[in-house]
Amino acid sequence: MSIIFFLIAVSVMLALLFLVAFIWAQQSGQNKDLYTPSVRILFDDLQEVSDESALDKKKPNSL
Amino acid sequence: MAVLTQYQCYHCGDHVNFKLVKDDKKFCCKGCLNVYTILSNGGLNNYYKLNQFPGANQDKETGKFNYLDNEEIAAKLISYTDAEKTIITFYIPAIHCSSCIWLLEHLNTINPAILQNRVDFLKKQVYIQFNHHQTSLKQIVELLTQIGYEPLISLQDIVQKDLAKKDNLVIKIAVAGFCFGNVMLLSFPAYFGISVADENFGRFFSLLSILFSIPAVFYSGLDYFKRALYSLKQNTLNIDFPLALGIAVLLLRTLADYIFNTGEGFADSLTGLIFFLLIGKFVQQKTYHNLSFERDYKSFFPVAVDVIDAENNVFPVALEKIKIGDRILVKNQEIIPADAILLKGNALIDFSFVTGEAQPIKKVWGEIIYAGGKQTSGILELEVVKSVSQSYLTGLWNNATFHKNTINRTKTFVEKVSHYFSVVLLLLATLTFLYWLPQNWQTGLNAFTAILIVACPCALALSTPFTMSAALRIFDKNKFYLKNTDVVEHIAAIDTLVFDKTGTITLTNKSEMSFIGELSSENELLVYHICKQSSHPLSRKICEYLNLKEKLFVENIKEITGYGLSGFYQDRDLLIGSEKFVLGAHSVREDNCPTVHIKINNSYLGYFKFEQKIRPGFEEVLKQLNLSYQMFLLSGDHEQEVNLFQKTFYQRANLLFNQSPQNKLDFILNQQQQNKKVLMFGDGLNDAGALKQSDVGIAITDNINNFTPGSDAILDGESLILLPKFISFAKACVKTIHISFCIAVVYNLVGISFAIQGKLSPLIAAILMPLSTVTIISFTNIATYINAIKHQLRKP
Repeated sequence: MSIIFFLIAVSVMLALLFLVAFIWAQQSGQNKDLYTPSVRILFDDLQEVSDESALDKKKPNSL
Repeated sequence: MAVLTQYQCYHCGDHVNFKLVKDDKKFCCKGCLNVYTILSNGGLNNYYKLNQFPGANQDKETGKFNYLDNEEIAAKLISYTDAEKTIITFYIPAIHCSSCIWLLEHLNTINPAILQNRVDFLKKQVYIQFNHHQTSLKQIVELLTQIGYEPLISLQDIVQKDLAKKDNLVIKIAVAGFCFGNVMLLSFPAYFGISVADENFGRFFSLLSILFSIPAVFYSGLDYFKRALYSLKQNTLNIDFPLALGIAVLLLRTLADYIFNTGEGFADSLTGLIFFLLIGKFVQQKTYHNLSFERDYKSFFPVAVDVIDAENNVFPVALEKIKIGDRILVKNQEIIPADAILLKGNALIDFSFVTGEAQPIKKVWGEIIYAGGKQTSGILELEVVKSVSQSYLTGLWNNATFHKNTINRTKTFVEKVSHYFSVVLLLLATLTFLYWLPQNWQTGLNAFTAILIVACPCALALSTPFTMSAALRIFDKNKFYLKNTDVVEHIAAIDTLVFDKTGTITLTNKSEMSFIGELSSENELLVYHICKQSSHPLSRKICEYLNLKEKLFVENIKEITGYGLSGFYQDRDLLIGSEKFVLGAHSVREDNCPTVHIKINNSYLGYFKFEQKIRPGFEEVLKQLNLSYQMFLLSGDHEQEVNLFQKTFYQRANLLFNQSPQNKLDFILNQQQQNKKVLMFGDGLNDAGALKQSDVGIAITDNINNFTPGSDAILDGESLILLPKFISFAKACVKTIHISFCIAVVYNLVGISFAIQGKLSPLIAAILMPLSTVTIISFTNIATYINAIKHQLRKP
């Protein structure tokens, strides 16, 4: 049964790792803007988009 | 459809009147064409591919940003600078679609000195890092303005600091949650009973639990101790006192249980308590992007003013550095920064900010123009006679109301209850201890601590934040934005409503015009051209109303200031102006609103009537409110259309005209001294004092991106008709808090009944506390949801 001491130590370590990861993410501002990155990821590099592919089904001025 | 699109501007989508064509694309104005040229030269044509017509119309004057070269001013705007780079965040109201994000994040292809830039779409902010050796702040702002994204530059809180980040609340919750989760895991064996053989596990688990409690108490929960100590110094007992007491006793009891080996301790309840409390604080902390409730005149006034020196050089000077005697230049659409004498120029000042007067006022050479007025035609040269902070309007902020904190506010329910709660709690615990003392001091101490633990008002502390944050979400959906959760309770308590007139009850700048009589199209043209020669506000309105294109030459136009105009055209002679001027007599009409009369060749044709319109549907709302509240109208405007308002406000005495900003503030104060709880509605800077003084100050705006004066809440003009529903919903929310308080008390009584007998086991505490919390959270949310549906503020 003394394996429990070891297991608990491991589980606490693991949980601590996640806590540190969360604190790091929070401090580095990853949770500050939760919307813009979802749009940004859809942009291609600086090549001109062809008219049909980008404009399909889009209403004017909509997001 | 295809035909229609051809006539739309490629940049902004407006319909094209003039043909400006480039690369087979049509543009409505030079501004739009310019933007297109800059972007296509920079290889950023994708901007137009991501959305149709993504641009904002550019057909307007571009502002001058010379003042940004003034280092002193620039330093206030920049957030960080070192030898290599400068960082600045701009608020750009024009951001509205994915093309905007794309373009603003590719600025470096146009100006390579920009090192990094990121857009925060919801906050409409762009964060720019640039090399200040290669470019300047002014160049960047000009670039942004040229491509149609003019940043709004003001010295006050446009770019808000992140509130949650400042007190690290999220991280505190994370730490508390981490500790809570682990302690729960370690406590489970104890709940089911640990056999004697495994007792060393129990000791080990308890020790670990204590270790987990320490960061929860001393990092996450520290603020409760600080605030409890603060409230003790103020000689009051707020809600934080019993909470801090509960936390402290829980920790001590857990430590004692471990040291003397008398039980498993309450580490699970302790960490859970802190975790839930912090969650409650988190939901209460609602921030609105771009809405600020703390604005004073500085947000409305320009950052810098053009000053002319003795050698006639013009240079920008920071607003607060303007001295008495300075000669300043004020351009069209700019705000007069300080009380000043007019030296040169055609002054037509819109004082709607200062006085609420809807019509622009003409000023002549040598007259004093009060700060806060907006010039509406041409450039003015002025001499400053009072410093910015001592001017007629801005002097309002020197009033004591703006320096004292919210002392005169009604206490919230929790504030009222928690005082008695703490006293009763301490009394009960002490009595129990004294009762047990003669028999068994250990049981006594046990019962004493148990009462403080189990009666810890966790559910009470949570009922307000959860109800109010749910209420705030409902208000938010209906375009009513509250500064914080306390405002809901303050709204529920009011009994007097005070309205500003222009912009609040009536729509700003949208007076209804009509012509009473008959006017042939020929005569219309004649009237149009004669009025065009005059800069009188009513003449301008007539021109706007008629808006004719044909040309006509009217001879011998004479303007008699204060009366009207006369002129000749071919065989006709025309008189236009006030009733006295045209007809020679003054008749008394019922409505008393401004009119312009017309006489051609000695025959009277009729008159233009300028009526101010009450917001659509609002008259019924006012009548409805009149049944249950005392209502007043405070207007800076001169007395007009009294009859219109008398119908809705019932008594003439409730209509007050010609009120200066200071008068308005004093009126509110006077009402409060009669023990009334006043709700004030206003829209302009002239209401700022009254909004601040009143129990609840609500700023009305027709465009939520516009600046509003400092207030407790901001309401979109179109939602004003929902006002009675808002008030009764706020009352329902307060009732919800009362009920949930009763539920919390029931749980407490159950717990205390165990505790008094000295039988409170950690298991019961660990069940009661989360159970009461969950009950309160679900009850408040469901009750608020049902109330919202009942008040038609939300669809089922």
